[in-house]
Amino acid sequence: MAYKSRLHIPRAAARPGEKPDFSYLQLSPAGALDKPSIDARTQDIEYLSTGLVRVLDEDHEAKGPWHPNLDLDKLQVALRWMMLNRTFDQRMWQIQRQGRISFYMEARGEEAVSIGQGMALRAGDMCFPSYRNQGLYMYRGVKLVDMMCQCLSNTRDMCKGRQLPIMYHTKSGNIFSISGNLGTQYPQAVGWAMASAIKGEDHIAASWVGDGSTAEADFHYALTFAAVYQAPVILNVVNNQWAISTFQGTAGGERRPFAARGLGLGIPGIRVDGNDLLAVYSVTLWAADRARRGGGPTLIELVTYRAGAHSTSDDPSKYRPKDDAAAFPLGDPIERLKQHLIAEGHWSEAKHAALEEELKSEVTAAWKEAQKYGTMTEGPFLDPATMFDDVYADPPLRLESQRRRMQEIWSNNGNGNGGGS
Amino acid sequence: MAQMNMIEAIRSAHDVVMDRDPNVVVIGEDVGFFGGVFRCTDGLQRKYGQHRVIDAPIAEGGIIGAAIGMGVNGLRPVAEIQFADYIYPGFDQIASELARLRHRSCGEFFSPVTIRTPCGGGIRGGQTHSQSPEAIFTHVSGIKVVMPSNPYDAKGLLIASIESDDPIIFFEPKRIYNGPFDGDPEKPAVPWSSHPKGEVPEGYYTVPIGEAEIVAAGDEITVVTYGTLVHVAQAAAIALGVDAEVIDVRSMSPLDVKTIATSVNKTGRCLIAHEATRFGGYGAELAATIQKECFYHLEAPIGRVAGWDTPYPHAFEWQYFPGKKRMMAGIRRVLEAE
Repeated sequence: MAYKSRLHIPRAAARPGEKPDFSYLQLSPAGALDKPSIDARTQDIEYLSTGLVRVLDEDHEAKGPWHPNLDLDKLQVALRWMMLNRTFDQRMWQIQRQGRISFYMEARGEEAVSIGQGMALRAGDMCFPSYRNQGLYMYRGVKLVDMMCQCLSNTRDMCKGRQLPIMYHTKSGNIFSISGNLGTQYPQAVGWAMASAIKGEDHIAASWVGDGSTAEADFHYALTFAAVYQAPVILNVVNNQWAISTFQGTAGGERRPFAARGLGLGIPGIRVDGNDLLAVYSVTLWAADRARRGGGPTLIELVTYRAGAHSTSDDPSKYRPKDDAAAFPLGDPIERLKQHLIAEGHWSEAKHAALEEELKSEVTAAWKEAQKYGTMTEGPFLDPATMFDDVYADPPLRLESQRRRMQEIWSNNGNGNGGGS
Repeated sequence: MAQMNMIEAIRSAHDVVMDRDPNVVVIGEDVGFFGGVFRCTDGLQRKYGQHRVIDAPIAEGGIIGAAIGMGVNGLRPVAEIQFADYIYPGFDQIASELARLRHRSCGEFFSPVTIRTPCGGGIRGGQTHSQSPEAIFTHVSGIKVVMPSNPYDAKGLLIASIESDDPIIFFEPKRIYNGPFDGDPEKPAVPWSSHPKGEVPEGYYTVPIGEAEIVAAGDEITVVTYGTLVHVAQAAAIALGVDAEVIDVRSMSPLDVKTIATSVNKTGRCLIAHEATRFGGYGAELAATIQKECFYHLEAPIGRVAGWDTPYPHAFEWQYFPGKKRMMAGIRRVLEAE
């Protein structure tokens, strides 16, 4: 009998016009998975990479060994940060649709990742984020107006017009510059963590990629180096099910969870309900403690759903059912924390609505202020000659002559808008 | 002063800088316990420990990515890529990350990584151990590219590179690790002890990045070259009895335009020589720069001698390599042109 090869093409569970189908998603009940000690051996805790750590149950109660027992006031603050993240995104999305910024990416549905993990890390821990981690920047004190100015490429832009909107950085807040190339920050985070260990410091590094980017070589470099040197790093895979139009199966998620990617290298993996802020916080704190005490890296897969489009240039109705997000079995992170706080008697619909209004006003005030530093059409404008700055610490002569040449050409055409056109 | 070959000079540069600055770390394949396949880091791990001289997995993209992160965290990494031919998996980390980090973060973040890598042919290395990819890197804004041609420059340039806050690709022409090579493979090898640039100070000194050197003064023609071909060019000119001015570029980016232009304006004739393939090569940048700076002094078209535009061959190395014969023919061609 002749052998016959077979090419398997992964197929998304549901495409436009079909009924959303998340039967492929392996779920565990809240509280079902044991919480091991932070010095547990990888081979003894493999269940964490295939199960799903959850704290909040269907009735919005927190339960089980991973329940972090956070102060309810602190949870209220977490809710506020997630709501701010979403309010900011909604506003910036509208602003892009009005043509007032060139591009935007929202984190809708994934806010618990940045806020929950941000809360579990220490201020001295270094973050190497992906492009949907804006919540981290907010949580670590970057002002909304500064984030807006970055998106506007105006005179107060931290990136001086050099980067696409949302590619923030903050040295004082210990969050790295966002590249825009996928996955490159992963081995850099490992190198940063190695340096921390070389210097004998207890700061750790954390990095984020999406499910799609786990296919990049950088992901595998990072895991290998992290395992080899037992670097104090948390490597996060935000599995939001979609890499633009390709579902997570195309990145290799059909047979084994992304959290299990590190097992072959001896890196413990934890698969966590990414829409459950309590669980996200709890597993991150566990991994951070482990790393800080010399226990090496942890790979965390945050199971969530990209409720919005990939970016303002994307149209998800072309590749997934319109009601896909609503059918996602892990719900929405803000709604779930809100319901938990209400169930605990520590929050109410009225307070929630009032906070929403307050945050909208905060964002509106920031937008008003941001525009004072310039917009895409109204001055003041950045001096385009600044593009020649910071290419080198010690720049070659040719850059100076090119700067002068550019200035000669643009000062002679008389449009007076500083080269904005 | 001491007699050193290029390997010893490179090792000495590491030693001097690592002794002065505890933040200097070395990472690469086989660099630690073994001391590198070319022995350039031999003894460093024994002296400075496994935390500062780190044997890496075979993953060039990982080595450079990790080095970037180390640099961001205050270390001063020297990453060795075992052969320049292996550097391509790390290219994204170099071109998209290392080179642009300072610019994209407006100076808030930078990573002062030096990437050392042996390059060039003449060692029977075939297509995966002989390449000269310098032009791929000179094309990237934000990094600097240097290539020494002797032990003295190797040590001084490497110290300057490691101490620089700019990322640097440091190419080491491996054919001349052990001695200068005049491009004639039939002749017996010559040690560096026979060459004045084999005299190397044992302590600290630097050779500034961005300065070319006139290695032979002359009036009839300027030969602009770097790496192994510096020695080939000198030998070819002597064999022809031509009074050639030979310039060792040393630093491809930034480029010392002034030294080169002054020379060509004087001689009126110019030959550019490199081992790398010709089309789109670094010689094209040199030729464009020289014609702009020296147009009214040129008495002949600028000539180029370079690797043929084929992959680097194994069996036909000496037909491919721009050795003495090809260099002599190139000089003659430029001198005879009207």
